Amino acid sequence: MKPFAYFRAESADEAIGAFAGHPRAQYLGGGTNLVDLMKLGVAAPDFLIDVSRLPLDGIDETPDGGLHIGATVRNSDLAAHPAVRTRYAALSQALLSGASGQLRNTATTGGNLLQRTRCTYFQDVSKPCNKREPGTGCPAREGVHRDLAVLGHSAHCVATHPSDMAVALAALDAAVHLHGPQGARTVAVTDFHRLPGDRPDQDTVIRPGELITGVTLPPALPGTRCGYRKARDRASYAFALASVAAVLRVEGGVVRDAALAFGGLAHVPWRARAAEEVLRGAPATEETYARAADAELAAAEPLRDNGFKVPLARNLAISVLAELASRT
Amino acid sequence: MEPTSQQETAHSSVLTLHVNGTPHTLTLDHRTTLLDALREQVGLTGAKKGCDHGQCGACTVLVDGRRANSCLLLAAAHNGAHVTTVEGLADGERLHPVQQAFVARDALQCGYCTPGQICSAVGMLAEAAEGHPSYVTPPEHPPGAPAALTAHEIRERMSGNLCRCGAYPNIVDAIGEVAT
Ligand SMILES: Cc1cc2nc3c(=O)[nH]c(=O)nc-3n(C[C@H](O)[C@H](O)[C@H](O)COP(=O)(O)OP(=O)(O)OC[C@H]3O[C@@H](n4cnc5c(N)ncnc54)[C@H](O)[C@@H]3O)c2cc1C
Ligand code: SF4
Ligand code: FES
Ligand code: FES
Repeated sequence: MKPFAYFRAESADEAIGAFAGHPRAQYLGGGTNLVDLMKLGVAAPDFLIDVSRLPLDGIDETPDGGLHIGATVRNSDLAAHPAVRTRYAALSQALLSGASGQLRNTATTGGNLLQRTRCTYFQDVSKPCNKREPGTGCPAREGVHRDLAVLGHSAHCVATHPSDMAVALAALDAAVHLHGPQGARTVAVTDFHRLPGDRPDQDTVIRPGELITGVTLPPALPGTRCGYRKARDRASYAFALASVAAVLRVEGGVVRDAALAFGGLAHVPWRARAAEEVLRGAPATEETYARAADAELAAAEPLRDNGFKVPLARNLAISVLAELASRT
Repeated sequence: MEPTSQQETAHSSVLTLHVNGTPHTLTLDHRTTLLDALREQVGLTGAKKGCDHGQCGACTVLVDGRRANSCLLLAAAHNGAHVTTVEGLADGERLHPVQQAFVARDALQCGYCTPGQICSAVGMLAEAAEGHPSYVTPPEHPPGAPAALTAHEIRERMSGNLCRCGAYPNIVDAIGEVAT
C-alpha cells in the first residue's frame, strides 16, 4: 500500500474543501471496498478524506411521504429501519442479502453505491484491464467471465456492478444527492451508474471531488408490494449471479403498476423498462411475468460461460413477481 | 485528553484506541489496519488474520459495541474508538456465556476461527435483541421486535465467519444455547 495522508472531515463542506488541490484524494466511507482495493494496489490515493462520521447519518421522512437516507447511514441500520422494513422491503432485503453482518455494520450508503466491480482481472494489478488501466484491454471477455455481464456490455468491458442495494434503489426510483465544488445536484439512481462503452474506467457520472450526501426514495404507492431475490453460488455471503428487485401493484387480477430491476447482469443496476411495458395492464399471471422477463432479456448477449444467467434471471423475475402478487 | 496533532506527519498520526477498557496511545502509519494495531502494537493476538480482505471473519472484533472486520478498518479512522477483542469478553476468570457455550459444545477444532466466531456471535446476539432482521427473517416479522434465533437465522447471521474445519454444527448449537 502507498503511504497516504488522512483527514477526518466534520462537515460536507469541509470534506469537499479538503479535496481541492488533491487530484489523487479519495473519500473514505466504511472502507470495506476502498481499503481492500488499496491493499491490492488497485486504488492508491495519496490523501484519504474520512467522510464516515459526517452528520449525514439520519433516515428521515420527506414532506411528500418519501424517505431521505443520509450517505453515512450504515447498511445494517438502513436494513433494520422500520420505515424501510415496512414500506421499502425490497431495499431491506437487498441490503440483507449482501456481504455479512460485520460488513453491513461498517458499509455506508454512499460507499455501497460507489463500490467497484468484483471482476478478478480488475482486482489483480498483474493483469491488463481497461477499467483499471484504460487502453490495456479486457482479458475477461475471452477469459474468466462466468460472473460477468450479459446485458449492456461493450468490447471494452464486460464487468458487472456488484451492489445489491443499488438494484433495489433502481426499482424504487431513488435519487442520489451530490454535493461538489460546483454545487449540489440530484441524479436519478438509474442515471447514476453508466454502461461501460469506451470509458469503462468511469463507473458512474460522479465528478472529481463530488460527495454523495444522501439518497431519497419517493413515497411508496398505496397497494404496492416490493421484494428482492438473489441467486448466488452459496446460500449466503456471496455476490449475486443474478438478482431481481420488483415493485408490483395488482388490482382485480390485473397488474396496475410494476417496476423491475436486475442485478448481476450488467455494468449498472439494470432497470427493466421493456418488461414493465409488458406487465402494465396485463393479467397477473406467471405467463405474463415470463413474457415480461423475455421481453427484457431478449437484449441479452451472453458470453461463452455466462449464458446460464439468462434463464436464471428469468426464473427469479417470475418467482418474485408471483410471490408479490400472491401477497396482494 | 486526545493527543494533539503536533507529533503527526503527513503519513502517520498519534491516536488513542480504548481496547478492552484500557486506553492505548499509539503513533501509527496511516496504512495500519485496526487488526495489525491490535496484534502488533497492543499485543493482543486473539483477533486472527485469515484472509485480510473481509472474506473470512477471523479478525472480527466489536467496535463501539458492533461487530466489524478489523482487517478492513484503518486504525487512523478509529481514533477514540472503544474496541473489544476476544481477550476482553471474560469477566475475570468467568468466561462470557458465548465462550462457555463454545467450550461446552466443543464448537471448534483447530480454533483459528474461534475468536472471530465468538466476537461475531456476541455482536450478532445484540443485533438480534435490538430487532435487527436478517435475510431469512420473514417480511411480516414486526420491525424492531427481537428476532427468534432459529438455527436457520443463526446460520444466516453468522455467514460472515468461515470455519475451515467445518465446525459449523456445534458453533450453531453453542450460539443457539446462549440465545435461548
Ligand atoms: C467479502 C465481501 C463480500 C461482499 N458481498 C457483497 C454483496 O454480496 N453484495 C453487495 O452489494 N456488496 C457486497 N460487498 C461490498 C460492500 O457492500 C461494499 O464494500 C460496501 O457497501 C462499501 O461501502 P463503504 O462505506 O465501506 O465504502 P468505501 O470502501 O469506504 O468506499 C467505496 C467507494 O466509495 C467512495 N465513497 C465512499 N463514501 C462516499 C461518499 N459519501 N461520497 C463520495 N464517495 C464516497 C470511496 O472513495 C470509494 O471509492 C462485499 C464486500 C466484501 C469485502
Ligand atoms: S470486464 Fe472490465 S473490469 Fe473486467 S477485465 Fe474487462 S475491462 Fe477490466
Ligand atoms: S482476516 Fe478479516 S475477514 Fe478475513
Ligand atoms: S475451528 Fe478450525 S477454522 Fe474453525
